[in-house]
Amino acid sequence: MEAAAISARAVVKSFGVGDARTLALKGADFRAVEGELHLIVGPSGCGKTTLLSVLAGTLECDQGEVSVLGTRITALSNAEVTRFRRGHIGFIFQQFNLIPTLSLLENVSVPLLLQGAGRREAEAKAAERLAQVGLSGRERQRPSQLSGGQQQRVAIARALVHEPRLVICDEPTSALDSVTGHQIMDLLSGAARAPGRCVLIVTHDPRIYGYADRISEMEDGRVTAVHSGESLSSFIHAATRS
Amino acid sequence: MFLIALKMLLGDRSKYWMLVGGLAFSSLLMTQQYFVFQGLLSWTTSHMRNMRASIWVVESRVDQVNETKAMRDTDVNRVRSVDGVDFAVPLFQGVLKARTADGADKMIQMIGLHSGTLYGRPPRMIEGDITQIRLPNSVIIDTLAAETNRLGAGLGRPLRIGDTFEINDREARVVGICQTERHFFGYPYVFSTYDQALQYAPRQRKMLSMILAEPKPGSDVAEVARRIAAETGLRAYTVPQLEKSTLRWVWTNTGIPISFLTTIILGFVVGVAVSGQTFYSFVLENLRNLGALKAMGAGNGLLAGMLLLQSVTVGLIGFGIGIGLTALFGLTVAKGGQPPFKMEALFLFQALAAVILICALAALFGIRRVAKLEPAIVFRG
Repeated sequence: MEAAAISARAVVKSFGVGDARTLALKGADFRAVEGELHLIVGPSGCGKTTLLSVLAGTLECDQGEVSVLGTRITALSNAEVTRFRRGHIGFIFQQFNLIPTLSLLENVSVPLLLQGAGRREAEAKAAERLAQVGLSGRERQRPSQLSGGQQQRVAIARALVHEPRLVICDEPTSALDSVTGHQIMDLLSGAARAPGRCVLIVTHDPRIYGYADRISEMEDGRVTAVHSGESLSSFIHAATRS
Repeated sequence: MFLIALKMLLGDRSKYWMLVGGLAFSSLLMTQQYFVFQGLLSWTTSHMRNMRASIWVVESRVDQVNETKAMRDTDVNRVRSVDGVDFAVPLFQGVLKARTADGADKMIQMIGLHSGTLYGRPPRMIEGDITQIRLPNSVIIDTLAAETNRLGAGLGRPLRIGDTFEINDREARVVGICQTERHFFGYPYVFSTYDQALQYAPRQRKMLSMILAEPKPGSDVAEVARRIAAETGLRAYTVPQLEKSTLRWVWTNTGIPISFLTTIILGFVVGVAVSGQTFYSFVLENLRNLGALKAMGAGNGLLAGMLLLQSVTVGLIGFGIGIGLTALFGLTVAKGGQPPFKMEALFLFQALAAVILICALAALFGIRRVAKLEPAIVFRG
């Protein structure tokens, strides 16, 4: 059996109190394995981003159990979860979230600096990562000097620079045109193939379904179907046709 | 990460300069006002440094050096007879009206010194000989009195040795010019002998303003002063006692300390308001970035440290600029002699502490916001 990178069981998460209480996750189960690029898809408001936040350890769930890379993060304190994220998870955000006043090199160095690496060492590794995403020679530029696609490449370099085993991506292509979106997915797909790594993407961009090894379909706060192998092909076929 | 924090701060130029400007203004306001206040307070006790007596004997109801309640001339002998007193001399001090060459009236601070000893003489003669004031109708004036717009008015030039003016319709001939520390009332000093000063002043039944006394060598000044008070019923002050009593009088009887204190507090409040608000808006604008850092594994402690560093950095730069401007102000006014200005190292440290407190308060709002920030914010569109 494939080693589980993430497993979540009966996850419940609500927002607000009293009459304003909204149940975003209603006992969601989820599983992703190492070495795969896993997509979570579903209509807007179905709880995709909430599930992703819980799995990434950036949001506490009300009930349920979540294990990431063999660690039960639901049993950890806030400080321990923060340390865990720092060591094992890379993030790619829909809005890139690059710090505008820092150079590309400094932006990419941040995860290493957070881990306590020295500035020189961090910048040397950051420069390598920038070269891998095709941005060699632009290290000293600011994010505002780049196109959206280039900024997302910087974000990918930042997410991978400390070689995390889990990469969490939130709508990485939704702000990009089709060609750039495919370039970004090529990079992420390559990253997912590294041994022991898992790339988890939340999206409702059907153009990138073809890159997935597995797709979890969500509806109304629950994972309603998981597609892999043959069922994945038919799901992609159906989704792209519609 | 702290270097990253500084780059985040310096990269936002408008916020950075607004923070530095606010803190510089606050530091300037606090320190400049305090040093002017200190200068003004030092003026209230300038008599004591201009006359330099060890014991000051005054009428029993006098609380401060600038106040006079006349005593009888025989009180000088009563003080002389107290055990431990080496010598005691009479002193006249009073605000009189002088008439300049163009007929204008100017107020002066008249000091009448004991003609035998000239004890209480001005600390530094610039021109002339102090003993010349024993000559009839002779006075020594300070540099302020000599100025063209003071007693030199009408001559179109500063007053010089040999020039004359009138005090209460009596001629006063300048025989010397001295340097004094400026007086609280702003009037220039004119020195004469005690007897001549009594001629210049309007006649009253009692004319003795003060008695300056010196203890015998080896005697305890405070003990001698205590004995004078006990035996004569007058009030006898040592220099520190009179200084303290004068300052206490200023604090309790004038609105000066409150006015200055209000401005100093305003400076602090302006600093908190401007920098607090600007820094908080800087944090709000960076909330997504801070959220991203938090998601990537930056703990609350690290983020708080980064915010504190940013805040204290602008605080130190602002303080440096503010103090620089205060010093510049001090140097400029030192040439003109007013407003009074007296820098104190201790208050510089206190002002620095106040600025750091302002920065800490400003950072605190941001730190609270960031501590409550859920890193999941970065996943929300």
